[in-house]
Formats: sequence, structure tokens, C-alpha cells
Amino acid sequence: MILDGKVPSGPLEQKWENHVHDSRLINPANKRKFRIIVVGTGLAGASAAASLGELGFNVDVFCYQDSSRRAHSIAAQGGINAAKNYRNDGDSVFRLFHDTIKGGDFRAREANVYRLAQLSGNIIDQCVAQGVPFARDYAGYLDTRSFGGALVQRTFYARGQTGQQLLLGAYQALSRQIRDGKVQVHTRTEMVDLVLVQGEAKGIIVRDMVSGGLSAHAGDCVVLATGGYSNVYYLSTNAKGCNVTAAFRAYKKGALFANPCYTQIHPTCIPASGHYQSKLTLMSESLRNDGRIWAPGGKGDKRPPSEIPDAERDYYLERKYPTYGNLAPRDIASRAAKEACDEGRGVGATGRGVYLDFAESIQRLGKAAIEERYGNLFEMYERITGEDGYSTPMRIYPAPHYTMGGLWVDYNLQSNLPGLFVIGEANFSDHGANRLGASALMQGLADGYFVLPNTIGTYLAGTSPGAVQKDRDEFQAGMAEAGDRVARLLSINGRKTVDDFHRELGHIMWEDVGMARSEESLKRALAEIPKLRSEFWESVKVPGEAADFNQELEKALRLADFLEFGELLALDALHRDESCGGHFRVEHQTEEGEALRHDDKFSFVAAWEYKGNGKAPEMHREPLTFENVKLAVRSYK
Amino acid sequence: MFAKLFKNSVGRKLIMAATGLGMIGFVVMHLLGNFSIFLGPEGINVYAARLQSLGPLLWVARLGILAMAAFHITFGIWLTLENRRAKPEAYAVRKRQASTFGSETMIYSGLLLLTFVVFHLLHFTLRVIFPETSNLIDSAGRADVFTMVTESFRKFPVVVIYLAAMAVLFFHVGHGFKSLVQTIGLNNDKTLPLFGKASPLLALVLVLGYISIPMLILFGLVKG
Amino acid sequence: MNLTLFVWRQKNAKEKGRMERYEAHDVDPDMSFLEMLDVVNQDLIHNGKEPIAFDHDCREGICGTCSLTVNGIPHGEQKRTTVCQLHMRHFKDGDSIYIEPFRARAFPVVKDLVVDRQALDTVIQSGGYVSVSTGEAQDGNTLLIPRHDAEYSMDAAECIGCGACVAACPNGSAMLFVGAKVASLAQLPQGKVEAAQRVCVMTETMLDQGFGNCSNHYECEAACPKGISVKFIAKLNREYLKSLKE
Repeated sequence: MILDGKVPSGPLEQKWENHVHDSRLINPANKRKFRIIVVGTGLAGASAAASLGELGFNVDVFCYQDSSRRAHSIAAQGGINAAKNYRNDGDSVFRLFHDTIKGGDFRAREANVYRLAQLSGNIIDQCVAQGVPFARDYAGYLDTRSFGGALVQRTFYARGQTGQQLLLGAYQALSRQIRDGKVQVHTRTEMVDLVLVQGEAKGIIVRDMVSGGLSAHAGDCVVLATGGYSNVYYLSTNAKGCNVTAAFRAYKKGALFANPCYTQIHPTCIPASGHYQSKLTLMSESLRNDGRIWAPGGKGDKRPPSEIPDAERDYYLERKYPTYGNLAPRDIASRAAKEACDEGRGVGATGRGVYLDFAESIQRLGKAAIEERYGNLFEMYERITGEDGYSTPMRIYPAPHYTMGGLWVDYNLQSNLPGLFVIGEANFSDHGANRLGASALMQGLADGYFVLPNTIGTYLAGTSPGAVQKDRDEFQAGMAEAGDRVARLLSINGRKTVDDFHRELGHIMWEDVGMARSEESLKRALAEIPKLRSEFWESVKVPGEAADFNQELEKALRLADFLEFGELLALDALHRDESCGGHFRVEHQTEEGEALRHDDKFSFVAAWEYKGNGKAPEMHREPLTFENVKLAVRSYK
Repeated sequence: MFAKLFKNSVGRKLIMAATGLGMIGFVVMHLLGNFSIFLGPEGINVYAARLQSLGPLLWVARLGILAMAAFHITFGIWLTLENRRAKPEAYAVRKRQASTFGSETMIYSGLLLLTFVVFHLLHFTLRVIFPETSNLIDSAGRADVFTMVTESFRKFPVVVIYLAAMAVLFFHVGHGFKSLVQTIGLNNDKTLPLFGKASPLLALVLVLGYISIPMLILFGLVKG
Repeated sequence: MNLTLFVWRQKNAKEKGRMERYEAHDVDPDMSFLEMLDVVNQDLIHNGKEPIAFDHDCREGICGTCSLTVNGIPHGEQKRTTVCQLHMRHFKDGDSIYIEPFRARAFPVVKDLVVDRQALDTVIQSGGYVSVSTGEAQDGNTLLIPRHDAEYSMDAAECIGCGACVAACPNGSAMLFVGAKVASLAQLPQGKVEAAQRVCVMTETMLDQGFGNCSNHYECEAACPKGISVKFIAKLNREYLKSLKE
């Protein structure tokens, strides 16, 4: 099947405006008859739920956290891009669009990305109006800084806590709708399945994480804003609770999963210290604005960094990419770090790390300036490692961070299943094969504040509100199936814990489906994951009861889906026999070791359809055509 | 507006702060008046007579102080009970990081001060504790407050009671003053540490001032 | 190193809880406090016992989910650090560690060390926002905000809503949490319009939710993992005084 992205016709600049104009509207008096289910309260989910509530719809919003303010968007540090051109440095909507398309290695849909760039300015305005305390200059104007992958200063920020501040803005907007009774929030409630009625998404099955009870919720449509799947690697910068279950359950109900192999490895994380490591901590890559990355020039150099003279240091990013230097895109910076470590030039006790050195910036700007810019990151680094990043270089290493792949959606952010909308990181739409820094916040909020509220009406206008109630068989069947899955997990009572299995899955994924993938490694992963999965279902040990607050059971339910999903990810990576963005196949690289795309063969979105248990999924294509940018070899030299 | 203050947490604190500030003002004035004892009978007896001559005005002042005390005590007890209800279960281990002995015992120091004030009124205002030395008339025909006070403070147990009460006052005002400054919103980065130190200092000065009277009398340094 | 843990165990909100003793062996100094508990839990599961329930999510000190009282101090003794960022290098071999939930009437225990902090959300819902709907905003630079005001607002906005202030407060008051939100918004022109109403309704909701009153112990500030200053409570008090004029 060739997929239709439903991109509106007309010139690129006018597509969105025309589309909004052509969209169907719902009479304000009728809006309150509709009930919309939103799963997830990150930037995308919270902003969507709040905006839909403001429009007059009834919204039920769900999150697994104990408060809707805690979704992992809160951890984004660096900033949010917007094509405001306040700096007069040549920025424009087209340039942001072009940077994003190029950064994504020409694997994103042009029209979506252009719309994202168009809406970027509105996001800043909206957040300012909400009271988000963006950084200001001394004259009181909004301040911006530069960020990886761009030559203009278009990144707005609120210290090192931009994600937190934007999320709190959305959370507060959501809180106002909750007070007004337009939005019902269900915390500590996790979606365990999607319910289709006559092929359309009309509800979800959830588990109350306090009582353990399963319940059904019916609505007129379902919006998934459930984030990414980096935790398939076990160790990632995601929160411990982040999971693929909602998206994967939708996939098993027929939603297409697009480009799962596009995963992003973030270059500036704090290295792991031991086997007990439970997660990795990211430090904003804005650090790369003033920090210089280097590794010892020679192998196995165990001298402390202060004793390595400048001549024996290899500032490898500056050497290989003179134009962008330390600001080279994330995938390039990450791979270069791994290469240095693979060559035996890694630092730290584990040898899996490189230096991020601020000595020169401190000399040039003074410690106070560095402290003002990154004080909280230095504090964070010291808390975790016990080392002072001002006096000795920080150690960094790449870690899984963001996933560009996700459920396939059309221009309306609707999946192939009518009534199922997917927004934010959970969809595949805007970042192609690689996401630029400070673009995730932009996409989540564009989807939630501006895109979805304008596109959801067309679907809803064609339905009659409240047509589906939760007493239908489909809901009962969904509840029964989820109950069986829980009961089965609890009955195994084997030898290994959920974490044991998750670590093993993570090991397979990181080694074989990580930063550098080969046909051999992927085939190995495809052989090992099913083995691990059957072992899981035979010998996992999940203590406790179903009808109780049971964190091991929560983890087991999520891991069960990761164990299937990991295979899909590897399969997609094997199929995509090219390198692009975050997907690097060692067979396809230039002489200098850069990703080598094959536009003639792979200039399309690979969207996978579930065909049943034990059967190979079927791949569908959405061809990518580029009318407004020239496909070029991505060069950051 | 009063009803609004009553039902709001900050409003109630403001009532505590305003009445507390009023009473600190009274305590300061009272101390300044008391210092007249160092001038001998011609000091304090004249001062007492002047006060008495104010007539209805004195009663207005007394009733004002009484009202402040009544509000301060009622709200103090009410807020304390409410605060205890908000923390029903204690930690098995608790480590104090910023609160002080004074801040955590405000209700007790307050109630002790109330008891002391009752005693003090019985002692020097209603004069029923030592009636034999409390109702004398001096040579000018004025109430002989000087003899009443000096005779009392030559008794060691009486001095102990007053010293103990002043210790309690130290803890109460030591927290109370900085607390009221915070409540009426005067604090910022600079004033926070300033008032943090000024508050116990003020309490110390007040207390030293007050105890100087019985101590100097006890050691025979105040002569008529 | 080896440690002795005394941990609060409570089956659910209704049943009574108690402190139980556990031994943690071979604790690595580079572990985080929660990773130490992970290892204890893995042992408990392998031994057929129920693991200790505790809240956590981002494990990088920003989501505000983790909520342990360690040796009598919410988030433990290290300043400006959430318990997920507390590392075992701050403990010594042979130490005894008391681990309890955040305690306050407004935070009923859900299970073991997990508490319900919805009351904080309810306080925000009562007025902790600027009432602007999507689409109403003007250009961000049409509103000039002095850098000092933006920084002041940001200082207050760093609150992660963990509730350590409530847990540390002898009165179970949420005044620092409320003060931070009130101050952050009231310092900005966008938030000034509704400032008077906001401070009243939020402080009243605070009491309705079972939090106590502030009596200026400042335990909240000492426990706050983000170092939010009690000066924001003073700011709240000023805002309240201003509201009386309206």
C-alpha cells in the first residue's frame, strides 16, 4: 500500500493556511457534546488537552505519573527554536524549515516541517503570555542562543530548564480547564489498550495504578501523546516510566508504526558508572556552545586531563568539522565519541567517555559567565560524579535520548486508523531521521496548541457525538484481554526479575541496534530478541497482586511490549539498507565515515503494519518528495 | 474585610503579626517606663501618677492591649491546633534544619507568658500578692510604686519567677519578631538574614532591660 | 559498604504501617540512593518478598516524583538535591538510614513510601495560572520584561512541585509551594492582572486541602531541592496585603 499523507495542495507557504480554511468546523454549541480522550500530559498532551478544553470539547486526560506536571518533557534543558529572527541574523521560516529538513537527513515530510517552522513563533508568544519566564536581555527583550545544527541564534530558553517551564505553562493552562470542568484528569492511570469500534478509535482500556483495577473509557476520538521509546535500550535519558505500550498497543490494533529505526543518541550525557546504573543523565548540549570536546591523542592514555598537553589532545570535532566544530549535529557528535572510545582513546574508569572542556571559555569569559549560563548543569554533574566541572573537564558519553520514529500520521496528525490522533514524540512526523536540538519542544507544542485543535474537527464533524458507549462488547473484550495479560504475568513466578530482562534487552539493542548497525548485528538482534522474549514469558518473576499498587507489574507490562517492539525496530533498521541521520549502517558510509544515504532507494517513510502474532509485519511506503529543498549530502564540515 | 482575613491563612497570620507587633510595642514602652525606677521614687512614682491621671485614656489603652492579647492568644491557639491537625503522623527520626527551639515552642512560650502576665497583674496592678508593701503612699501622697517594686524584688523567689518569665519572653519574641516581619512582607534577599539576626538581638535587649530591674534591686544597687 | 536500612512499610492507605529493618550489602559509593534501593528490591524479589514501593521517574532531579524522607529530612541531608540525585558517597560504611514517606495530612500514604500529592495540583487548579487561551497571545517582544523581573520569576518558577516543603514543615504547610507560584506570576506583567484574586484563592484552597498555616520555621527552604527562598513567601504576603486594597 502506498500511503497518502494528505498533504494539502498549493504552494508550501500557503498549505497550512489553506488547510485550516478548508477544515470543517463544529458549531460551538455542539462541541460540548464531544468527548476526547488524550493519553499523556507532556508538552504535546497537556497543550492539546488544554487547547481542546478551551475550544469547548470535553476532555479526559490520562497519565501514569502522580501529577500531570511530571511528564518527561520537564527534563528538556536547552531551549526551543523559533523563527522569530529577533537577532536580524538571517533567520526565517524557510531557514528553520530548511535546517530541520536537512538536519533530519531528508527523511521528513516537507509540508509538516514547513508548518512546524511557521507555527514556531506563535509558540513563543503563547508561552510568554502564559507567564513562562524566558531569559531576557537587559533591555527586557527575549534572549536567544545558538544550538547544535544551526548557524543562527534562534533558541529561546529559560535557564537550563526550558522544558520544565514550557511544561508548567501547559500544565497550568490544563489546570485552568480542569478547574472549569472541561478537562477530567486521571493520574496514576496507565493505558493498556486501544479500543476500536468498526475500525475507528473510540476508547481505551486503562489500569488504575493504585487499585490495580482495569476500566474502559469511551470517547469520540483518541489522542496519543505518549512520548518515545528510548527505554527499549534500558539505559537512556528518558524517565524510568517512559514506555512504548500505548503506541505499540495501537500498532497491534492496526495503526502503522513508521520508521522505528530512527533513534537519536545524545552526545552529552554523563557516562555510566556501574552495572546497577538505572538511567543516564543528559546534560544540555548547549554546553557545546562553550565547551570543547576532546580525547587523548594516544591510546590508553591514563594521565589526568590536566597533565595532557594541548598538543597531545585530539579536538576531534573541530578537526573533522571545521565549520560547525563542537556544534556538529547530535548523531555526528555521538558517533565520533564512540569511535574515539572504540579506538581505545576513551577516558574515565570504564573507558567509555570523552572530555568536555571549559578551560578555554572560562579563561575567555570568566567563570562567572560560564556559571551564569550553565551553573545548574555543573551542579548536576558534580552531584552525580562528585567531580567539579570547572576545574577538571567533564566526562561525557552518548546515550539514547529521543526517538524520531513513531506512529504514522497524515498531515492532520491522524493515523491510518480513523479517530486515532498521535502528537509529539509519539508520532513520526517532523524530524525525519534525526532531530535538531531544541526542536522537540517546538514540535510537541506546535502539535498540541496549534495543529491538532485545527485538524481534529474535520474528523469529529463527520461523526455523531457520544455514539459509542463503553458498555459495548469491544470494551469488554479489551478489558478481558488486558486482565488475562496481567494474570499471565503474575502466574509465571520464574527466576529472573523484570529489570534483569530489561537490562538484557537493552544490551542487545545498544550493542546491535545502537549507534552503528550492520546487517550482521541486526540479524543477530533479530535472532536474540525472540529468544529473550520467550524466556521472559517462561521465567519472569513478578511479585505481588493484580489488584494492588504493584510497580513490578507495571514494569512487566511495559517490558512485554518493548520485547516485541525491539524486534520491529531491528527489522526496520535491517530493511533500511542505507545510513541516514540517527540510523547509521556501517555498510553505508563515505570514506570519511559519514552517513551515506541512498535517496534513489530509500526516500520514503517505512510504515509497518502488524499482521498477527508470529507473523512478519508488512511494510507500507509513503514516498517523500522534495519540491522546495534540494537533496544534498548533509555536510557539517 | 475582617471576615476575609479570618478565613484566609495569610489573613490569620496577619492578625497574629499585627497584634504581636502591637504587643512588642507595648513591651518596649513598658520597659522605657519601668526604667524610671532607676531615678528613685521621684522617677517611677511620678510616672505612675501621670499614667493614672490619664483616666479614661488609660482605660482605652488597656482595653486595646487586652483586645490585642485576646486576638493573639485565640488565633495562636486556633492556628496551632490547625497546624497540628495538618501533621498527624510524626517522623520516626526528625532532624531540625532551620527551625529553632523558639519557633517550635511558640504556643508554650505564649501560654507561659499569659500565665506570667496574670501573675504580674495580680502582683503589681491588682496588688494582691504582697498587699502589705503594695498599697503604700509616698511622702507626696502618690502611690508608692517604688517601695512596692523594690520590696518585691528583694525576695529571691520573686526574682526567679521574673527571670524565668523573661527567658520565655526571649524565645517568644526571638522568633516572633522575625516572623512578623516576614508575614507583613518586608523580607527580601537582603533583609532575610538581617532580621533573622536582629530578631533574637531585639529580644535579648528587651530581656536584659527587663531583668536589669529585679537584678539591680536584688543586689541592692537601686536605692530610694 | 554495608548499610542498615529502616524503611516504612505500609500495605495501603487504610492499614497501619511500621518501620522494618533491611540490610543493604556491597553498596557502591557511585550509586544513587534510588539505585541502592533498586538493588535491595531486586534481592527482596529474588527472596520471594514484596519489594519496597517508592515513587520515582526522571531520576535526574527535575520531575519532582521522588519523595523519600531520609534520616528525618525530605530528600536527605545534602542541600539542593532531590533524593534521586543523592549519591551513596555521602554515607559511610555501617551507617543506619531511616527512610520514611513525605508526611503530612494532605499527603496520605498510598503504599510504603508512596504518597498522594494531588492536593498540590488542586491548589494550582484553583488559580496558579494566567488565564490566557491558545491563540490570544501577542508577539512575545511586545511585552518588555526587565531582566531582573524575569530572573526573579524564574527563581521562583524552579519549583518542581515535589512537596518536600510540606513534608519538612512542622505544620504541614504548603506556603513555599504556593508562594513560589504566586511570586513567579505576580512578578511578571502577564501575571499581575489576576494577582490579587490568585493569592487569595490559592491560599484558601491550601487550607481546604488540609495543609497547615505557615509559622515561619523556614524548614521548607532548608529542605527544598531547588533552594527556593522563603522570600517568595514574603512576596506572597505582600501580594495578599495588596489584595486587601481591592
